[in-house]
Amino acid sequence: MSLFSRTDKSLIGQWWWTVDRGMLSAFMVLSLIGVALVATGSPSVAERIGYGYYHFFVRHMIILGPALLLLLGTSMLSHKFIRRLAALLFVGSLLTMLMVLGVGNDIKGARRWVHVLGFSLQPSEFIKPSFAIMAAWMMSLQKEKSNFKGNAITAGFYLLTVTLLILQPDFGMTFLVTSIWAAQIFLAGFPFRLLVLLLIVGILGVFMAYQGLDHVHSRIDRYLDPASGDSYQIDKSLEAFQNGGIIGTGPGQGTVKMSLPDAHADFIFSVAGEEMGMLFVFFIISIYGLILLRGYNRLMDSDDMFVVLAAGGLLTVFGLQAAVHMGSALHLFPTKGMTLPFVSYGGSSLLSMGITAGAILGLTRNKARSGLSRGGLSLQTNRAHRTARRGVNTSPGV
Amino acid sequence: MIFSYRLRRNAVKIEGERSSALDLARGRLVLMGGFFILMYIVFAVRAFDLAVIQGRAISADNGATVELSAMEGSEDAPGTLPADIARRGDITDRNGALLATTLRTASLFADPHLISDTARAAGGLAKIFPDISYGEILQKLQSDKRFVWISRNLSPEQQYSVLELGEPGLEFKHAYQRFYPQGALGSHLVGYADVDGRGLAGIERGFNNYLNSGETLRLSLDMRLQHALRREMTAVIDEFSAIGGAGLIMDVTNGDILAGVSLPDFNPHRAGEALETEVFNRLTLGAYEMGSVFKIFSIAAFFETHDVGMNTTFDTRDPIRIGRFTIRDYHAENRILTIPEVFMYSSNIGSALMGRAVGTENLQNFYEDLALTTPLDFEVREVARPMVPSPWREVNTLTASYGHGVATTPVQTISAVASVVNGGYLIKPRLVLAEDEGKASTDVRVVSEKTSNKMRELLRLVVTAGTGKNADVAGYRVGGKTGTAEKIINGRYDGNKKISSFVGVFPMDAPRYAVFIMIDEPKGTKRTYGYATGGWVAAPAVSRVIASMVAILGIPPSSPDSPENAYGQDLKQYVSAGKGEH
Repeated sequence: MSLFSRTDKSLIGQWWWTVDRGMLSAFMVLSLIGVALVATGSPSVAERIGYGYYHFFVRHMIILGPALLLLLGTSMLSHKFIRRLAALLFVGSLLTMLMVLGVGNDIKGARRWVHVLGFSLQPSEFIKPSFAIMAAWMMSLQKEKSNFKGNAITAGFYLLTVTLLILQPDFGMTFLVTSIWAAQIFLAGFPFRLLVLLLIVGILGVFMAYQGLDHVHSRIDRYLDPASGDSYQIDKSLEAFQNGGIIGTGPGQGTVKMSLPDAHADFIFSVAGEEMGMLFVFFIISIYGLILLRGYNRLMDSDDMFVVLAAGGLLTVFGLQAAVHMGSALHLFPTKGMTLPFVSYGGSSLLSMGITAGAILGLTRNKARSGLSRGGLSLQTNRAHRTARRGVNTSPGV
Repeated sequence: MIFSYRLRRNAVKIEGERSSALDLARGRLVLMGGFFILMYIVFAVRAFDLAVIQGRAISADNGATVELSAMEGSEDAPGTLPADIARRGDITDRNGALLATTLRTASLFADPHLISDTARAAGGLAKIFPDISYGEILQKLQSDKRFVWISRNLSPEQQYSVLELGEPGLEFKHAYQRFYPQGALGSHLVGYADVDGRGLAGIERGFNNYLNSGETLRLSLDMRLQHALRREMTAVIDEFSAIGGAGLIMDVTNGDILAGVSLPDFNPHRAGEALETEVFNRLTLGAYEMGSVFKIFSIAAFFETHDVGMNTTFDTRDPIRIGRFTIRDYHAENRILTIPEVFMYSSNIGSALMGRAVGTENLQNFYEDLALTTPLDFEVREVARPMVPSPWREVNTLTASYGHGVATTPVQTISAVASVVNGGYLIKPRLVLAEDEGKASTDVRVVSEKTSNKMRELLRLVVTAGTGKNADVAGYRVGGKTGTAEKIINGRYDGNKKISSFVGVFPMDAPRYAVFIMIDEPKGTKRTYGYATGGWVAAPAVSRVIASMVAILGIPPSSPDSPENAYGQDLKQYVSAGKGEH
């Protein structure tokens, strides 16, 4: 930890002493696990679809560098720059998504991809972090200036984004964006009654999707009754965990993974289960748990509504995406193809996660967190200050 | 003033609202954190459920033997046996070399509905399984069925290659399969089991329940000796264009069978496809007239009933005529012979005279004591009933003295020889290694020590000066007896079809091992001047087997001038100069 002196005033030095190094290490550990699992999980998939043995692994390694640079870079930005970056990304993603609808390539029944420099990019991946930051910005602005209709603007952002996503169609992303927005309005103090109402609307929406769209229909049917249709993926996934047992078959020794579709991406968790076993699966789960808890814990001490909303939304989408991936692989949720953040192969997903994690780290940096520490207030007095303000709040006649 | 107050008031209000909003947010952060932790704990519990609770269930299920017989010929999904059947135990030789083992093998089937790219899958499979053509696989993969067998019992390498194809429509069924790593080597004694793990022959059959309980069985066999014996027998069978043979190596001190070869033999993995003659176990199921080898027993019987010296003589000048029979010598000496001469020249007349002296009842009892006339009591249960004359008249006593009219199995014969030479204790052959290896199999005395000693000297004489010269191995004091019998073809003795044998024992001064080789229908060659007798055919093979044995077992030879090397030479005083080859 003596990499930089505490009094180092350089950008890097300041960053090093303010950033949440525990969380940063957790992201790095996840990337390492991802490299190992993509290396062992991807060759059979690559061969199956006619690419070379190392196709996915090489690409994963190529993308991982920029993704980690994005993570570090974003985590060094000030809030102002994070907001500017988000605004750019948000607008850019929305425009690209519009474009994709017109000229994009159809892959597996959806138009999501644009080709850039030989890599296919999925613009909707970048809408996640940028939407979270934009929405948090607008909502926190309304808290500052009550005449600013921030909440309404967020609703507009949300509807616009979701419309474009449904047109692709991309229900996984729709679900995530909805979750971000729900988490943020929940944090922003949205009344419980209305939240319940929204939940009902959400359930109705799922029901309508179930009725109206065949592939959603069949997927949910399959979850509820595995015998009703083709449940090959999930059978294989469960078999992988069963084959792995407590300590796994050993790295590279798995056999079920070889016939597991999407073993490098949507089912990489099963590869971990087979080769590294239950204990390692616990380890992966606890890393995600650690990141979430550390993140939420830091937000508990924050006085900045923007930080709470933005980082809260980003942490939620991070944790939720991991949860959907793990839950699908374990057959606790209906199968929904989602990548495991920082672990799965997936260029756009990895880059977007780099931005997400970078933004979380940047927003929760110590300096940014309190803003009062510069005034020489200790944590103790900070808390006392908070209590005092609460006193003002509850005093009559205000 | 008022303005500034209002401004401050507003600021306080905003500040207050903000902090109350933050407090609310903090409360809700706790809720969200709790929600995630709860969900992640559920994941961990589910992972435990799959990996530990269901993981065991799956491995037990896969461990259950898939009933391969149910698969044979049927294209339906196979049934499985209940999971409580343990893996069948291994069979090893005395040194632990695997003779039979059970491995979990994978059989490949396809669900054509799930095949993503039929042509690619067929191409990949055709490369992995060269015995199935591309077209054949393609035809299977385009079928409408949900289950088509591609290949059974894959090697791990093949299985890995199939997995590497990553084709979702290809799946494996696992089953236990019996493997015999030594192949045909020892196949008649080890036997074989069917696909359901039921032993059908040999030790596999005799110890079926024990093996099915998962226990390992160690045999007395030594595969190194087994190989040497088989190699020499195969060479002899080739040289003399014989139709088969049987060979045994036994530890005469305890009855351990160290090697047992029946030729032609078979691949136990394909026992069902083997010819009847190949599967036939000559060692225990074949009863053969052993010819002159039986003189060991008749002369021992004579010594048991007559306390006489080696100088006792028998007049072999005239053939014995009794009823329709005339007993002649093969190479008649046409003179009066001493006992050593009778034995070394293998005189039928002399043996018959000794048999007459012993008497019918005594000889019958003696053969019975040596377990030659009752079915073999053995760990391999496929045993033949020996053929004995019925009714047993005097003529049968005479012929039985030189191995005519009595047919025994090779295992019985070598056991009886062992009993005579080991000091006189009855040897019960055994194939399963005893806990206490040194212990003799019985302590029943069948001949006196004195008789046993005389027989040892006589046996040594046969090799130093008689019909078994070809069996000698310098420094190892080999003794033995040749045997040549005519085969009975359609009820008549056929002079052209012989069974030539030799039983060798070494070292003769303190017998430890017996080697028996019997060759079925050898045809004389130029090298042997047309002879195909035991001395020409089997004795040299026994010699080569012994030479291999001493190298494998590390037995040092005696020096040429050591006293034990001259063992049995005293008997030469009873031998007049003469010819001798039988």
